[in-house]
Amino acid sequence: MVDAQYFGDGLTNLNPSDLKGKLIAIEGTDGVGRSTHIEMLQEWLEVQGYGVITTGWTRSNLMSKTIEMAKEGNILDRWSFSLLYATDFADRLEHEIIPALRSGFIVLADRYIYTALARDFVRSGNRQWVRDVFGFALVPDLVCYMRIDVETLVLRVIETKGMNYWESGMDLRLGSDLYDSFKKYQSLLIEEFDKMAKEFHFEVIDARQSPDEIQTALRSKIQPLLTTSLQSPKLPSDHLTQPAPSA
Amino acid sequence: MSEQPPLARHPHPYPGKLITVEGIDGSGKSTQLQLLHKWLESKGHRVFFTEWNSSELVKETTKRGKKNKSLTPTTFSLLHATDFASRQYHEILPPLKAGMIVLADRYMYTAFARDVVRGVSPEWIRKLYSFAITPDMAFYFKVPIETAISRLLGGTRGQFKFYEAGMDMSLNPDMTESFRIFQSRILSQYEKVVDEFQLITMDATKDIEAQQNEMRRLVEEALKDYKPRRGTHGRRTVFWRRFDEPKPE
Repeated sequence: MVDAQYFGDGLTNLNPSDLKGKLIAIEGTDGVGRSTHIEMLQEWLEVQGYGVITTGWTRSNLMSKTIEMAKEGNILDRWSFSLLYATDFADRLEHEIIPALRSGFIVLADRYIYTALARDFVRSGNRQWVRDVFGFALVPDLVCYMRIDVETLVLRVIETKGMNYWESGMDLRLGSDLYDSFKKYQSLLIEEFDKMAKEFHFEVIDARQSPDEIQTALRSKIQPLLTTSLQSPKLPSDHLTQPAPSA
Repeated sequence: MSEQPPLARHPHPYPGKLITVEGIDGSGKSTQLQLLHKWLESKGHRVFFTEWNSSELVKETTKRGKKNKSLTPTTFSLLHATDFASRQYHEILPPLKAGMIVLADRYMYTAFARDVVRGVSPEWIRKLYSFAITPDMAFYFKVPIETAISRLLGGTRGQFKFYEAGMDMSLNPDMTESFRIFQSRILSQYEKVVDEFQLITMDATKDIEAQQNEMRRLVEEALKDYKPRRGTHGRRTVFWRRFDEPKPE
């Protein structure tokens, strides 16, 4: 990360320009298939000899249990909601992401702080505070935003895992039932993601395409970041390329 | 920092009053707040007490993080802010809106002093707490480090706690020496905070009774325009722990 930097007031004990790896964030609303594509990307990169770690929203050792408990009914006001996620993120940043980047890994982040920014904005109508809170976050080398329209998203979610309370923003009471609420909440999030896509220069990927097309698009955005210096030398060179999956 | 305040601090619009105390460990602030609590109740006021880092959800997490030594200055700070946010919403705001007197043992100024000593950015920590309700009165119990040490060693506790001695920071293997270094740094951060936020400085070397009389005099003066919500004298106020799902702000 040659020009690595923090969003705002950074970590006082770390100069981000020492980090050799690449940080790639995959963003997009619930149900666009982020995790499936991240698995495929990891496979593709590892076969080429790159060291890869993935990190996922709310998956920190410190906070994952706490957030589960909180969601079961002990919070949530807007501030503790965002601060819980910020704590989870900080734990992963300092214990997973930064050490990996320092060792030259490619870090694939399933969601990044933009998710928190969008969710907080939808709840508060204010952008500044949550951005200040996440000031210690590293600016990724690349943000791929898997964009979908709400009509397509609704059908996809109903067909697969169904709508849940939090993905429907039920705490906001936006609609009289799960369906109305989900649709309104996700529309608001998509609207905010679209604005951030311009502001933070996301690479926008049309997530209504087939999985193959999406994966190809993601790879073409990531390819320019890859340099031979990131490759681990011990892998044989005939494994450096891998055809796109047929799934 | 003084020429350009990072945040506009406004007085809160609620009918209640918020009184906070700050100071290093061994400054006697909690004792003073307890005595103030007694006095306010004896005058018929309805009082609600809240303490730093006391919400169940966050306390558990902090314990876990301390146990496996995975807390960093940033996560430590964020956990305390989460605790504060949750208590502000559940414990501080409702009684203030109901016109009660809220007493807080430690407030955001603790984070401004302690977390900065642990290594977070002073600008960042202030922005983090920009949502905090401004207290009506914020007391700072100023005490020299040696007085605090002799109180903690000679007093009811008889020893230091691991984290209040800053033992996690590897300042000195000797606990008393570590406490001295760590808490002295906190004292100097508090000095900045006192100027910046105009805390009321109390001479915490004085007798307990003398300090309490002074505190009561200042509080009485500040409460002159306060319209008290008088409750049944002596009755314990049982508080709603959880209210409802929050409305969007």
